[in-house]
Amino acid sequence: MSMPFYVSPEQVMADKAEFARKGIARGKSIVALEHQAGILLMAENATSLSKLGEIYDRIAFAGVGKFSEFDQLRKIGVRFADTKGYAYSREDVRGRGLANAFSQVIGEVFTREIKPLELEIIVAEVGDDRYEDHKENSLYRIKYDGFISDHKGFCAIGGNVEEVETVLKRDYRAGMPLGESAKLGRRALSAGAERSSELAIESLEVCVLDRARAGRKFYRLSTDEVQGMLDA
Amino acid sequence: MPLRGSYQGSSFFELLQVDQPHLLPDLSAWGRSAAEMTPHGTTVLAFRYGDGVLVAGDRLATAGHSVASRDVVKVFETDPYSLMAISGAAGPSIEMARILSVELEHYEKIEGERLELEGKANKLSQMIRANLPAAMQGLAVVPLFAGFDTRRKRGRLWKFDITGGRYEETEFEATGSGGLYARESLKHTWRTELDRRGAIQAAVAALTAAADEDRATGGVDLERGIFPIIKLCTSSGHNDATNEEIATVYRSILDARAAGGNL
Repeated sequence: MSMPFYVSPEQVMADKAEFARKGIARGKSIVALEHQAGILLMAENATSLSKLGEIYDRIAFAGVGKFSEFDQLRKIGVRFADTKGYAYSREDVRGRGLANAFSQVIGEVFTREIKPLELEIIVAEVGDDRYEDHKENSLYRIKYDGFISDHKGFCAIGGNVEEVETVLKRDYRAGMPLGESAKLGRRALSAGAERSSELAIESLEVCVLDRARAGRKFYRLSTDEVQGMLDA
Repeated sequence: MPLRGSYQGSSFFELLQVDQPHLLPDLSAWGRSAAEMTPHGTTVLAFRYGDGVLVAGDRLATAGHSVASRDVVKVFETDPYSLMAISGAAGPSIEMARILSVELEHYEKIEGERLELEGKANKLSQMIRANLPAAMQGLAVVPLFAGFDTRRKRGRLWKFDITGGRYEETEFEATGSGGLYARESLKHTWRTELDRRGAIQAAVAALTAAADEDRATGGVDLERGIFPIIKLCTSSGHNDATNEEIATVYRSILDARAAGGNL
């Protein structure tokens, strides 16, 4: 009879974390920025496979890492939000609850499965001016092991996140207009990109959560619209 | 709220059937007695006009011979380019409209694109078919579905039967207890090239005719300020006929009547 080798839990966790980090480090970056009128999400993504998506009226999703894994997670989020909104009310679907749910799913996979999820995600929720206790935006970042953190102003995930964050920390100002936040987002992503030149418009995926919209706040910008916003 | 159910597709209705069946209770067991207790909506109509489609409904709901509500809403925006109008058992019908609107949004979010108008109508027909056991017990849901087909650039509308049978109408349709009278009125006033004002006029005239002949249909209620819901759907999405627009048209009908006219 063969005896299984003993591996300490610390070692197992460290190995899994190392594995997940390697997977994510290969990916490109995403930034989420609060601006005057809502939240801007911008990803370096030249493909037609979206990394940014709508979850609910005020909530958006962004994922880096393995596409199949974070896209599956996005769908879980949509199912969770739509079911909750149907069973209760649309106002009952909140970013924090959703971010916690994601953290739980990701954390459970990390401890139980042999292979952890190779991803990192952002859950962004734009505030609601009608309610005193819901005016603020929320930005949550969830890592491959389920670790969740909340952020003010901006948040970045992906491969070269340090370079991206350096630019954001230096240049971000609270209450900046949408156009300016888009320019900053592009600068920050360009700093993290492999080539040193500024990223082409075609390789940017841009979505906005707009406070002022009626109903669903999420919209996606076409290449022309992104161009227009950056030129303005 | 379960985080990872077994359903992996893009339909919200199927998601409920598979993972959340308690949110879709089977009403067939309660049958007749439930059908008597739930209020009934009366007259709704839909027709194509120059810019798209118009869908309208009166505001009355009845329970037996009593008024259950004077300001019930029977016309729903199921997504930015489609409308659903209900008559018959109000409880399950309103719920179906709610599920359909979540369904269409859910599909769009999961798949990244909207369903075609025909796809939406087809989905509704599957939901009606799933309700057949309850329909056989008197809780029938037989809506009208209409919208603007953004690919074909025109308004389209469908009626349904309790088995989910789906019939596209090219002109107009009205259902519910006053539906026959509304159809008769539309037969005289409807033309394919009606403009917005003409369309609203035809809708108010049809609902007024239905309210005249069918005691369960409520028309325009000027004393209480309760107006029918009239929604128009065009290439730029939905808009509602305002109460002023409806009141103006209705007053002209009253004036014609007072002057000895027939309407």
